[in-house]
Amino acid sequence: MNEYKNLSVQGIWKNNPALVQLLGLCPLLAVTATVINGLGLGIATTLVLLGSNITVSLVRNFVPNEIRIPIFVMIIAAFVTIVQLLMNAFTFELYQALGIFIPLIVTNCAIIGRAEAYASKNPVPLAAFDGLMMGLGFTLILVVLGAMRELLGYGTLLVGADLLLGDWAKDLTIVIFTTDSPFLLAILPPGAFLGMGLLIALKNVIDKLVEKRSESAKQAKVVQRARVTGTDL
Amino acid sequence: MTMLSLSSSPHHHNRRDTGQVMRIVCYATIPGILANIWFFGFGILIQIALAIITALVTEGVIMELRQKKTERVLKDYSAVLAALLLAVSIPPLAPWWVIVIGTFFAIAIVKQLYGGLGYNMFNPAMAAYVMLLISFPIQMTSWLPPLSIAEQSHTLWDAIHTVFTGFTSTGFSVEQLKVGVDGTTMATPLDEVKTALLQGYTVTEATTRIIFDGAYGKGWLWVSLAYLLGGLFLIKNKIISWHIPGSMLASAALLSLSLFLIDGDQYASPLFHIFNGSLIIGAFFIATDPVSASTTVKGRLIFGAAIGLWVIIIRNWGGYPDAIAFAVLIMNMAVPLIDYYTQPRTYGHKNKASKDS
Repeated sequence: MNEYKNLSVQGIWKNNPALVQLLGLCPLLAVTATVINGLGLGIATTLVLLGSNITVSLVRNFVPNEIRIPIFVMIIAAFVTIVQLLMNAFTFELYQALGIFIPLIVTNCAIIGRAEAYASKNPVPLAAFDGLMMGLGFTLILVVLGAMRELLGYGTLLVGADLLLGDWAKDLTIVIFTTDSPFLLAILPPGAFLGMGLLIALKNVIDKLVEKRSESAKQAKVVQRARVTGTDL
Repeated sequence: MTMLSLSSSPHHHNRRDTGQVMRIVCYATIPGILANIWFFGFGILIQIALAIITALVTEGVIMELRQKKTERVLKDYSAVLAALLLAVSIPPLAPWWVIVIGTFFAIAIVKQLYGGLGYNMFNPAMAAYVMLLISFPIQMTSWLPPLSIAEQSHTLWDAIHTVFTGFTSTGFSVEQLKVGVDGTTMATPLDEVKTALLQGYTVTEATTRIIFDGAYGKGWLWVSLAYLLGGLFLIKNKIISWHIPGSMLASAALLSLSLFLIDGDQYASPLFHIFNGSLIIGAFFIATDPVSASTTVKGRLIFGAAIGLWVIIIRNWGGYPDAIAFAVLIMNMAVPLIDYYTQPRTYGHKNKASKDS
């Protein structure tokens, strides 16, 4: 169980594909203009990661080492095609909104990175869990970045939720404020870069605070022990 | 009073600290600002006040967050100067939140996130200007006609009212203030010529329109000349060297002259380009920013000349009528490379080429 816990921490926080490994930046920066776009791409990427990790782990003992990368890419491409066809069938408008970035999941380095670094060396359950956690970590950042940009740019959250979730979700849209002059920078690609940079900075700040706190906790313990063993009290 | 102070060589007097230099540059913009008020109304004063307050508050808060000496940093006037330059670059009656967002972006993102004064790669005022231009295109292009040909005049109170509410105290919107005496909406001289060229007119035909006085925009010529005066004052006091403004104006003039000689109907004359728009203030006040500009003598000449080229290129073939901000930012990116290849030979050493071999 400990390995699973470790995988979750690695995927969602410590080794987050978007914040730490900085993989898959192209779709990350391009489609996160709204929460739903980010969520849609995040789910698609997670599904592909899950499928490709399981398959790569299954065939890991049969694949000759010399040609493993082309084989991994073909496996990934097969899953991307499946996801693309599914989205085309069930969430057509979102499929159109994401456009070229769905087929481009094939080239998302986070996926081939996990296949090569983890799935090809570990048994199926672990590989599947790793794929799921890495996908969730990626999705999380897509959603947070999408929320930041949508909030600043349009003043809304969850616009177009019905594209992904069906007609009942139309009411989910939250209008925070309305404006005649939207903050276009947040919606345009430069806003994605700035937002991403700020998110990375925020993660580093949190990490530093946590580290400091654990360090001071340790020091406090040391002091206590010194008092206990002190003879001149 | 000390009659005799001992100090080691070099006995160089009149050393100014950063705060003094920045202050002198601020003073040097005064003629330009006065000219601007005379021709375009009081809006610019409100923008400057808002910008300076925002800049000081932002800088102060970030300095506290970074646990630096807040007072000392605020006293170096670099934030004030950046705010001032941004405020004079935007339309005088732009809504208050435009300049507040812009100044915050200039100080917090462009300057402090890169490490504060001396570490910012890009010119804060110009990066903020570009950010505003792409984010709020309508507000950032609502320039007023000179008061002499405006249909509605406006007072200081009107200007304050408009900046904060969008309407003058008598209820006119910025759109209405933009209307000239002939009943058409006014643009800047550069805009006017660009639009006219797109509609199939020649440059000469465009410059016969009401906002022009000869080849120059009414008012704009005098604002440019006033900034030129301030710029020459800076060069005379050795605050800036002549290299960047000199090479920038020369290259812009040279390129626009050659284009003008090839086809005077499609391309405006060099004097038109120099005295319309923001080329003068750009050359003397913006491109000469000591942090983000090149630092070597040869490098400065290249840096300035390249900005001049970009300005004329973008003005003639780009989507935007003016281009100082874009040109400066493009060349800011090239500064490390320029500095690397133009390092002066250290006395006693051979030059780089022979050292490498």
